[in-house]
Amino acid sequence: MSDLNLLQMILYDANTQWVLLGTMLLGIASGVLGSIALLRKQSLIGDAVAHAALPGICIAFLLIGEKSLVALLIGATITGLVAAYCIQFITATSILKEDTVICLVLSVFFGFGIVLLTKVSQSPAGNKSGLADFIFGQAASLVGNDVKLMAGTAFILILVTSLLFKELKLLTFDPAFAKGLGLPTKFLNFLFLTLLVAAVVIGIQAVGVILMAALLITPSIAARYWTNSLGKMIILSGLFGAISGMAGTLLSTFGRGLATGPFIVVSATLLFFLSMLFAPERGLVIKWMRRIKYNRKTKEEQILRTIYKNLEDCYLKSGLEECLVTTNAVASELAFSEKLTLTILGDLLKKGYLTQSGNEWSLTNEGLFKGYLLVMKQRVGEICLMHREEFNEEEQDQLTSKVIDKPTDPIAERIIYLLDQYNMKPAISPYEGKGLT
Amino acid sequence: MSYELWILTVGSLAGMTCGMVGCFLILRKLAMLADAISHSVLLGIVLAFLISQSMSGIYMLVGAAMVGLITAFLVQLFSSNGVQEDASIGVVFTFLFAVGVILISLYANDVHLDVDHALMGEITFVPWDLVQWWFLPPLPKAFLMLSIVFILNIIIIVLFYKEFKITSFDPQMAAAIGIPVLLIHYLLMGMVSITTVASFDSVGAILVVAMLVAPGASAYLLTDKLSVMLVLSALFGVMAAVAGYYSATWLNVSISGSMASLNGIIFLLVFLFSPTKGLISKKLSSSI
Repeated sequence: MSDLNLLQMILYDANTQWVLLGTMLLGIASGVLGSIALLRKQSLIGDAVAHAALPGICIAFLLIGEKSLVALLIGATITGLVAAYCIQFITATSILKEDTVICLVLSVFFGFGIVLLTKVSQSPAGNKSGLADFIFGQAASLVGNDVKLMAGTAFILILVTSLLFKELKLLTFDPAFAKGLGLPTKFLNFLFLTLLVAAVVIGIQAVGVILMAALLITPSIAARYWTNSLGKMIILSGLFGAISGMAGTLLSTFGRGLATGPFIVVSATLLFFLSMLFAPERGLVIKWMRRIKYNRKTKEEQILRTIYKNLEDCYLKSGLEECLVTTNAVASELAFSEKLTLTILGDLLKKGYLTQSGNEWSLTNEGLFKGYLLVMKQRVGEICLMHREEFNEEEQDQLTSKVIDKPTDPIAERIIYLLDQYNMKPAISPYEGKGLT
Repeated sequence: MSYELWILTVGSLAGMTCGMVGCFLILRKLAMLADAISHSVLLGIVLAFLISQSMSGIYMLVGAAMVGLITAFLVQLFSSNGVQEDASIGVVFTFLFAVGVILISLYANDVHLDVDHALMGEITFVPWDLVQWWFLPPLPKAFLMLSIVFILNIIIIVLFYKEFKITSFDPQMAAAIGIPVLLIHYLLMGMVSITTVASFDSVGAILVVAMLVAPGASAYLLTDKLSVMLVLSALFGVMAAVAGYYSATWLNVSISGSMASLNGIIFLLVFLFSPTKGLISKKLSSSI
């Protein structure tokens, strides 16, 4: 009960409501911009920008001498942009790879930030300035005006991104085409970078410079699992960002005095894990189930083919059409365990492809159709391989159905001729009188 | 040895060790992975502390090496499951780091282990944190750990020099001539983890990234030969550590922060003035 009361108290507290709204809008903004950054392969630039905000914050504080959030954020934006440009410039002009440069810029800027932070804490005002809160984020320390600034900026970011959605989409997927259309790609590139830096900067007070990157990256890759359309991905990513922002804030308020950033990141990562496991189409569980199904289907087909071939051998040797195949013969020919063989034989029996008499099996009429088709497909495939110059291996399925349904077609005739030549024509045909056998 | 000398020794050892490992990271385009490992090592240290209830160096090394390898493994796992590689690095390290920070603030609040320490290191206290091993006189713990890791790294690099070289420059060929590329990869990741944790006490988890990447990047702009690059990189590491210490005492600021900044300044100088690959020499040669 007390937990519930506490939750109620938290939810009805005016400041907490503001903070929740702020982290929600922040989550949306960074989720939205993060998706575009992800597709432009710029996710880690966000990480560098976040780390590089630290020196900017300290410089602004040293210059002004008091903690005015607007000034600190302007400082952070400037050093963030400088870092982003350093990365692009050094990558373009030296042999170093982008990841090395990102890492270098990130750590050097952060180190410089630490130097400045120690300088700040020596100044009389800086001692209790709480600038160190920027490292891990302390959403609870946000007061009314800070939150309004954060929420307002986040809202503007969302608005600008949705207005420029088409242009940014084009810039992301086909920059050359965008340039050809006469879009100002350089300006758009700069604008996007500025939006990204702004999202990072408003986030650092709540999430902290070290973990801010997660709010850009994690919701967007979680969203990537659910859809292939950029529009849907952006909306989902914004939603995930909002959920993790709010969940993280609530969790850290529960713990009283715990940093907010880590909780937001953990919430976002849980959403990512859930998406990775359960997303339709690309989720691991679905993929895994699909693989099991596919394995099963392949094994069923193998067994049907084996039974058909055994019946065919028997027919060719003795002229009898009513032969039987033992479980052991199937299992040993395919090197399956007896248990597995029996399970699959049972499945096939239920599907009506097989008849069982004790330990021995034969095909029903339906099973004969299926087995004939499978064996024919395999042998047509072999013909395709042997006569690559004539047939395309990938058209195996069409060729097979041609051979069965339209044996008078010239290509089908040629294949039937070849099958005869190699003694490969399936001997027991369910299509009596239809041209084969 | 005097107080100052100990700090300089420990800083230089950290600079050398990180600088040499860093060369391979840069050549194999694994710098970001090292950044990730240096963050998630925090979790390894916290877990080691929570399980063993001691701050003993060995537990820390083992815990850090394990979490470091887990990081490398998870990144590999996600990127083979359709997540872009840079994004999978981002997810893994932020998550592990966040868990580490939460654990610290929940359980380890009243001990020596605190977040600021983990981030920025406390090289100032290194000379007083002494331990007595076997027949040796009492020596600073950070010095012992760094020496062990340094010697270990040197042994590994010397033993597998050829393998490291080939896998760095031509992984396909390495695989073709039968070098266990994956094993070498994880060996390197293990080296990064233990190097990070050994430098952790002195320079902190984040700034160790600067020591790993910057000297190697500077060295890479000066030479095309791996052996020269390794030596230069170690040299830059030492230079940054020494100059960083003196400028920090002069300005009265964080030592580890100023070591990282000095690393950045060295890189900037090399980037501008390197005789072959520097910005200025390139500008000059292209204008002629």
